Amino acid sequence: MVQAILFLPLLGALIAGLFGTKAFQNLGRDQDVYADHHDTHAGDHAHDDHHGHYDGQAWPMYLTTGLLCIGAIFSWIIFWGFLHEGHDSRIELLNWITSGTLKAPWAIRLDALTAVMLVVVNTVSALVHVYSLGYMSHDEHQPRFFAYLSLFTFAMLMLVTSDNLIQMFFGWEGVGLASYLLIGFWYTRESANAAAIKAFVVNRVGDLGFALGIFGVYAVFGSVEFETIFMHAPDVVGKTMHFLGYDWDTITILCLLLFMGAMGKSAQFLLHTWLPDAMEGPTPVSALIHAATMVTAGVFLVARMSPLFELSPDARSVVIIVGGITAFFAATVGLVQNDIKRVIAYSTCSQLGYMFVAMGVGAYGVGIFHLFTHAFFKALLFLGAGSVIHAMSGEQDMRKMGGLAPHIRITWAMMLIGTFALTGVGIPGIGGFAGFHSKDAIIEAAFAYGSSPATFAFFLLVIAAFCTSFYSWRLAFMTFNGNTNADAKTVSHIHESPPVMLIPLYVLAAGAVVAGFLFQHWFIGEGQAEFWGKALARNEILTKMEEVPALVKWAATIAMLAGLALAYVFYIRDKTLPKRIAEMNHPAYQFLLNKWYFDELYNFLFVRPAFWLGRLFWKQGDGAIIDGLGPDGVAASVGGITAQVVRLQTGYVYHYAFVMLIGLAAIISWFSFGGAH
Amino acid sequence: MIGLTHYLIVAAIIFTIGVFGIFLNRKNVIIIMMSIELILLAVNINLVAFSSYLHDLVGQIFALLILTVAAGEAAIGLAILVTYFRNRGSIAVEDINLMKG
Repeated sequence: MVQAILFLPLLGALIAGLFGTKAFQNLGRDQDVYADHHDTHAGDHAHDDHHGHYDGQAWPMYLTTGLLCIGAIFSWIIFWGFLHEGHDSRIELLNWITSGTLKAPWAIRLDALTAVMLVVVNTVSALVHVYSLGYMSHDEHQPRFFAYLSLFTFAMLMLVTSDNLIQMFFGWEGVGLASYLLIGFWYTRESANAAAIKAFVVNRVGDLGFALGIFGVYAVFGSVEFETIFMHAPDVVGKTMHFLGYDWDTITILCLLLFMGAMGKSAQFLLHTWLPDAMEGPTPVSALIHAATMVTAGVFLVARMSPLFELSPDARSVVIIVGGITAFFAATVGLVQNDIKRVIAYSTCSQLGYMFVAMGVGAYGVGIFHLFTHAFFKALLFLGAGSVIHAMSGEQDMRKMGGLAPHIRITWAMMLIGTFALTGVGIPGIGGFAGFHSKDAIIEAAFAYGSSPATFAFFLLVIAAFCTSFYSWRLAFMTFNGNTNADAKTVSHIHESPPVMLIPLYVLAAGAVVAGFLFQHWFIGEGQAEFWGKALARNEILTKMEEVPALVKWAATIAMLAGLALAYVFYIRDKTLPKRIAEMNHPAYQFLLNKWYFDELYNFLFVRPAFWLGRLFWKQGDGAIIDGLGPDGVAASVGGITAQVVRLQTGYVYHYAFVMLIGLAAIISWFSFGGAH
Repeated sequence: MIGLTHYLIVAAIIFTIGVFGIFLNRKNVIIIMMSIELILLAVNINLVAFSSYLHDLVGQIFALLILTVAAGEAAIGLAILVTYFRNRGSIAVEDINLMKG
């Protein structure tokens, strides 16, 4: 069954991608017709607009969606099994790499962690597929889109089911590739291409760390298989390793290198810049990237390697600090963004910071629990935002929305549920929406851990929770309440999305409501030790969480209510207030609006020098030296020499006769005096 | 006493005049043909001189052969010249520079 889950998406991607595309369907037909048609429609995707036209066959879309739905159902069955009588298993598919002592078989590692990830990935992916049936129904490259989506899912599944680091790296890079393809799906838009390249390049930075981590793990343990690594990990505690001229604690440096990879994929502070730009892809892709695949890979990596991280408190301190700063940083930037998708994107970034803090303090189960619930409500928010954009004919700027609630009531209700879940509405001690259970648990865990980085992170997280609440409600109020700021033409077009787009929203909304209290028992409650088994490292953090003061338990809720109240004042009560405050604190506002100037900083530090270096190599190195002395130089000198030689050929008979005479004289001289002995 | 050396010197002088006549001449194609005749005659003188010196008749037979070839060559050359003049209106050597790529 797990094999089916793993390979059905690949099958769908291959069939849809190879045989479903219009290029294939048009094989043998008059190609010119296709080319003309293509040209007229390729350039006009200004935003997420839907004015394209699809006249190809529909089966590739239904095929991939159907296969994914089967996979999702299977995933739930497996997950259900783990909830009750779970036992870990390992299914070896085939031998992949065997070179000396390096062995990387192609195997599926099936434990509770994998089961959770299977559910998250497949459920969200299947719903995104269904949603895309409606959302992309006018796009003329639908089969390609669905093939990429399925490929993306396959890569992510490969990642989460991996049994060794190399197999994981395969999935890791596969995800990177698929995200590149999907972010740049509308390849006629320059910004989409730029965003795709940015995502790819920033991820490579993290991947360098991950690759070094894998090398290091192999150097230390002589194996890349998880079982072996975890078995021998306690033996190397306290040993040092020489790296970059320093002696590091072995486990710490390995964990830090692996974490660098996780930072790249999960868009943590310093490597986060690609994530907001990834909004250039179609909205369902954003939902898929942000909720289930790609960004969760980093969190998953840390969870998977938790027996290793558990042995290195120093590495975990770094994880805590990076996670805390990310949560705080992204939340503050989210406060002032005006693009509806960007707000949610920064929200994702922030929530990933939460997850890493949970990983850092050793509450791996809590982090994965947040990943699990986050998948539901973030996918819900993104798909809801897609529905809003759909209704607004492609408009993404929240300043041009407003007052949409009466027009699209269902979307409004769904977005509200998502907002409730994200901000963590609930009553401590009783229960609430999904985010309440997981996010608040992270905040408690950060406090309970007690180390100074964790306390630092605790305060950042509480502030971030306040910001989260503020920007989420700001989004809701700006979009759905008040008077509309859209022009009359757009308003007249506002319509509720078709059922095929709403059904995924219902499912996700149900998850956003119940996923918290329904699964709390297994993920972080009494049943957690039995549920996780050997999948995650164990420690005492969960028992410590029981003893935190009541104020800490309430902190997140209070922050949430404060954010809601402030957003209400700002965007319902007195709409001029935000503007006045922004003007009063102009530098701070600009600082946040420009995302802490990270793009500018990186532009200055890396992009420009890289361009300069590239240009130097291109113009001077390649152009002047290699081409100048190589092909071009030789060609030019041949031309110059022959131009001289040509002048010998005058056409005058007596010149030729003279040359012949000289030649003759030379040959005779040669034979008489030189060569003839 | 006029010996072989004298003949050879005369032949060499005539040959050299003929050769120089070909490429120092800027005026007339007919002069080139005359120069070629001179070269051939110089060769003939050599052949006959050696034939006499070595008492071998083959040299003289060869000289006769060259005379006929020279006559034929002169005939063909003049014919080409006439045609050329008819086509291009000039037989000045400086005007004849078509033999180039």
